[in-house]
Amino acid sequence: MTPLEFFLSGTMSAATVFLLAALGELVAEKSGMLNLGVEGMMAISAAVGFVVTYQTGSHIFGFSIAAVAGIFVSLIFALVSITFLANQVATGLAVGILSLGVSALIGKKYESLTISAPDPIFIPGLSDIPFIGAVFFQQNIVVYCAILMSVMIAFCLNKTRLGLAIRACGENPKAAEALSYSVWKIRYGAVAFGGMMAGFAGAYASTIYTPLWADGMIAGRGWIAVALVVFGTWKTSRIFLGAYLFGMVTLGELVVQSLGFAVPSQFLTAMPFVITIVVLAIISADMSRLRLHAPYSLGETYDGSESR
Amino acid sequence: MLFQFEKRNSASRALILATPFFAIAVTVLLSSTMLLLQGKSLHTTFFAFFIEPFESTYAISEIFLKFGPLLLIAQALAIGFRAKIWNIGAEGQMIMGAVVASSIPVYFTDSESIFLLPAMIILGALGGMAWAAIAAFLRVRFNANEILVTLMLSSVALQILYYLLLGPWKDPMGFNFPQTVMFQDAALFPPIIFGFRLNYSLIIPLIFTVFVWIYMERRFGGFQLVVGGLAPNAATYAGYSSGGAVWKSLLIAGFAAGIAGMSEVAGPIGQLQRSVTSGYGYSAIIVAYLGGLHPVGIFFAAFFLSVIHIGGDYALVTADLPISSVHIFQGLLLVTYLASYTFVNYRFRSRKAQREYIESSAT
Repeated sequence: MTPLEFFLSGTMSAATVFLLAALGELVAEKSGMLNLGVEGMMAISAAVGFVVTYQTGSHIFGFSIAAVAGIFVSLIFALVSITFLANQVATGLAVGILSLGVSALIGKKYESLTISAPDPIFIPGLSDIPFIGAVFFQQNIVVYCAILMSVMIAFCLNKTRLGLAIRACGENPKAAEALSYSVWKIRYGAVAFGGMMAGFAGAYASTIYTPLWADGMIAGRGWIAVALVVFGTWKTSRIFLGAYLFGMVTLGELVVQSLGFAVPSQFLTAMPFVITIVVLAIISADMSRLRLHAPYSLGETYDGSESR
Repeated sequence: MLFQFEKRNSASRALILATPFFAIAVTVLLSSTMLLLQGKSLHTTFFAFFIEPFESTYAISEIFLKFGPLLLIAQALAIGFRAKIWNIGAEGQMIMGAVVASSIPVYFTDSESIFLLPAMIILGALGGMAWAAIAAFLRVRFNANEILVTLMLSSVALQILYYLLLGPWKDPMGFNFPQTVMFQDAALFPPIIFGFRLNYSLIIPLIFTVFVWIYMERRFGGFQLVVGGLAPNAATYAGYSSGGAVWKSLLIAGFAAGIAGMSEVAGPIGQLQRSVTSGYGYSAIIVAYLGGLHPVGIFFAAFFLSVIHIGGDYALVTADLPISSVHIFQGLLLVTYLASYTFVNYRFRSRKAQREYIESSAT
């Protein structure tokens, strides 16, 4: 594999972690729910996914249980913020702190252990094409699933009745209820979907991308996923691009190090966060664009008292 | 839903006071269940958490050592939270306060001047404020979400700290450990009781608490901040600036967190090292909420969480409990608090009762 092939194929792999988590957060936010517990959900799922895969040897099993763990955590968030009407920002932070602690507890006996990543899929013909084969067709199946998910989510949100219902809850829950949609059911569902996707993202991070468990291994990637939804101005296609861009930034760190540039490693580790801040400022500066695309009731508690 | 909440005509004052205690009770219940599932002894664990921290003078002095920074940062964060300005990067502001303050003893290793400590306090405050100012500027000028920016800035601050400790500021005689030289006595707060780590830096959070209390409760300023955060448009009409509330909240938080960071390096730690914050920046968020975002409530909440932190250290030894259990306890506490707080503004009503109510009012 040439360095360029390594860089591009690594980008796809790194981007998948961001993409899965950001897509889940997108669906939750489209329904009006700002779930800031993504980092925590990913951490728990990464721990659970690793432990299950380590014990059973089955990646599929690890992924499934990790998704269940992600859904479970997201339902705690939903219970407190939807049913108990608590502030979404505070609840997301609280659930995040709780889950980071639980992830450390789950993974404690597995600290620094490794497992083997599953072999990438091999498509006869396509995978043999020089360059293109090495970059695009020697990836793990999850990478393709994530791309497929982006297309499906874009279609579902924009072209189906379910998507309309989700968006209605995010724009104007009172009106959605007047159209006889059950706002709390739709929001619970959207949050749980976000939990499942964060679960996949966590499991992908700890069993395929870097197949090991270390406390704090998510290292801010959940927060970058939350930021990606803003970068993408709540549009699936732009979130997809953003995820791949950040995959590239992550890989850039490895490339600069391997090329032997005398840059302190701390500078490179801080890079994705600095870039996030800069891009966030640039995108947010255009108020009109944000107002146009952000779900109107995003982050607002809906107690339904006026419509009942 | 089987039940739903009905808005009270006015918030229940009694429940505001009861909520933290209810949350603590539920959290203790939930953590007991988790402990039993792990096969731990409840007696040993809760003894370590709630009794051992009070068993010796040294342990009590350690509680107050934690109390200081938690109180200081939580009081400042609550000002922002009340105005719905979400600064969750106190951790980073604390690091930068510690870093900037440390520059003096790092570069003037021999100085025994009495101005050393005051200069470090000022630099610590400025370091924290400068770091918070980045977030305030980006929020006011570019509308960038302060939750994400303050959080990302914390990650960046941590890398700056690591860079300094592994590079230019590393103690040349330190066997390659990532830490600076031990600071000279003139750069340290004197201990309140000789031989204990508790020092005079505790005075700052206490004075700060009094100031915040006066500011929030007695002055019109508190009202301005709350309006600016809750409803930007209303604030503009009334002539207060929403940007002003953002600046004020973040700068006060940076000031407090910076001094808290400085107090750590000039206090119990005595040098700049990797674990300079001990997670106070995040714990302070929980303290602020558990205290009902009120200066007096925060005072007691900070004390309670200090006990939990020291108790966690004891539980680590006597009950073989992992350090993450303290984080879990804190997280549970905040989750249950937020859920319980609903009852302050809402009352419970089952579907059946509501139907009966509607029917009876119809006839």
